[in-house]
Amino acid sequence: MIMNISGKVNKKRIIQNVFHAILLLISLIVIVFVLGIIIYLIVKGGSALTWDFLTQPPSGGMKEGGISTVIIGTLYLVLGTLVFSLPIGIFSAIYLHEYARKNRLTKIIRLSIVNMAGVPSVVFGLFGLGFFVIFLNIGRSVIAGSLTLALLILPIIITTTEEALKTVPDTYRHASLALGATKWQTIMKIVLPQAMPGIITGAVLGIGRAAGETAPILFTAAAFYQPNLPKSVFSQVMALPYHLYVLVTQVADAPDEKKWGTALVLLLIVLFFASIATAIRTRARLRRRN
Amino acid sequence: MSLKKINRLKEFKKFLITKYIFLNGIISIVVLGLILTFLVYNSFKFFASYPIFDFLGGKQWDPTGEPEKFGLLPLMAGSALVSFGAIVIAIPLGIGTALYLGELAPRIVRETVKPIIEILASIPSVVIGFIGMTLLSGIIKDTFQLNTGLTALTGSIMLAFMSLPTIISISEDAINAVPSSYRFASTALGATKWQTAYKTVLPAASSGIVAATMLGLGRVIGETMTVLMVTGNSPRLIFSLLQPVRTITGTIAAEMGETVQGGIHYSSLFAIGLMLFLITFFINYLADKFVNKTR
Repeated sequence: MIMNISGKVNKKRIIQNVFHAILLLISLIVIVFVLGIIIYLIVKGGSALTWDFLTQPPSGGMKEGGISTVIIGTLYLVLGTLVFSLPIGIFSAIYLHEYARKNRLTKIIRLSIVNMAGVPSVVFGLFGLGFFVIFLNIGRSVIAGSLTLALLILPIIITTTEEALKTVPDTYRHASLALGATKWQTIMKIVLPQAMPGIITGAVLGIGRAAGETAPILFTAAAFYQPNLPKSVFSQVMALPYHLYVLVTQVADAPDEKKWGTALVLLLIVLFFASIATAIRTRARLRRRN
Repeated sequence: MSLKKINRLKEFKKFLITKYIFLNGIISIVVLGLILTFLVYNSFKFFASYPIFDFLGGKQWDPTGEPEKFGLLPLMAGSALVSFGAIVIAIPLGIGTALYLGELAPRIVRETVKPIIEILASIPSVVIGFIGMTLLSGIIKDTFQLNTGLTALTGSIMLAFMSLPTIISISEDAINAVPSSYRFASTALGATKWQTAYKTVLPAASSGIVAATMLGLGRVIGETMTVLMVTGNSPRLIFSLLQPVRTITGTIAAEMGETVQGGIHYSSLFAIGLMLFLITFFINYLADKFVNKTR
């Protein structure tokens, strides 16, 4: 009888260990995949990252030269994206958190934000083409691409800003109002400065997302091959993700090191912004705890 | 009198500010409405000149043929096949990882693994596509002895990993939302940690996990660059994971550059974009229902 019970307990323990091991293995697969991609890109692309590659424009039908103007093109697009999306996104979050009542409209707005975040990036590209490029007649340009990307990251900006507004204690608002400040003054001078770390986190996350996207700029901004920088914001522009796509699929026998180098630079830029966002978030969390 | 004037000016300013903030507040509704409007508006020419049943039931997609054919079925089948494969791979990986992180992993492991999964979310799809083309397609080609490694399966595997950050983080939220009292009750009845996780926590978190899977599915169906690069781009109606396929998203991205603006081919790409928009909208709507059920 005692043997029997301890046998059962043993069996239970074995099953527990087996499943523990399986779940551990599954998690390891995911981690190995992520780290594998990063290490592989560094190994393959590391040697391509020369000073010339980073400071020279592409030449010779993209088979020679570097990617300097492509990197700057991506920065133009990202900057434009922020200019369009930040003010609208922040005020949208202010409306939701400081002004909106709990009614049907607010519910619909929240549902729309969730759904907007789920709209495929290529659909944003189609919309950008149909609306900004053709209907508003802006043409394929930095502006049209930035506007399209701005819509894409709007849900990120709105949700992170709203989270940040939630962390500002109501006592701050009450104190400001009690001193005679208007609601607007309270928001601009008290609430927004307090929420700034969270808002910056959202902006940085948005930058990372916008820098890596290809489909939205495919028909709205990206130039196939244009070694010089755009003359104005109404010109087309080369961008890293599209350049990588072109090198890999459209240019016959493009040198491998150019492909891996471009992929690595793109990854490093995106990871740079992602780690800034993580750092700000961690710092804010630690400060709140202290 | 002048005080009254100042007050009126203040009132007017307040009115303007409130209206301005309200306009920003409803931006998401406006944008969604505009997207739908312009997809419909631009696909109008296609629906007006091409029979709808030949579109929805057509088995051939050949926009440059004589006569041109715009059958949706091969693209739908391509998208469905790749997404199905991706979700089948992603469900065990995603839920397994979420369960491990949420229930079993020591805190230090959890704090290291979560940022790694966040990194996965930020890797651009074109980079994942490049890796899929160069590394995975070779493996697939050799393993199954195929003529090409650019198949639906190649796309499924890459997309599965891309959907994991969504699935893992939302599943983990659902698992964390299960009250501790459930776990205590289960343990007090003599259940092991694993039995508690499997028989108590998992069922209690199930609707959140379903929502996570659906959001992952929405991500997978809408993904463009990776599938464009790794699935081989062959718009034929097939049902094998080991052959090249063409998805809805891949078709839009690949063909838009070659179309004449305002032509029927151009318009047809907006039409399949509209289909894609409606499908993902529906999936996200369902996911949202499940998320709200958990709360």
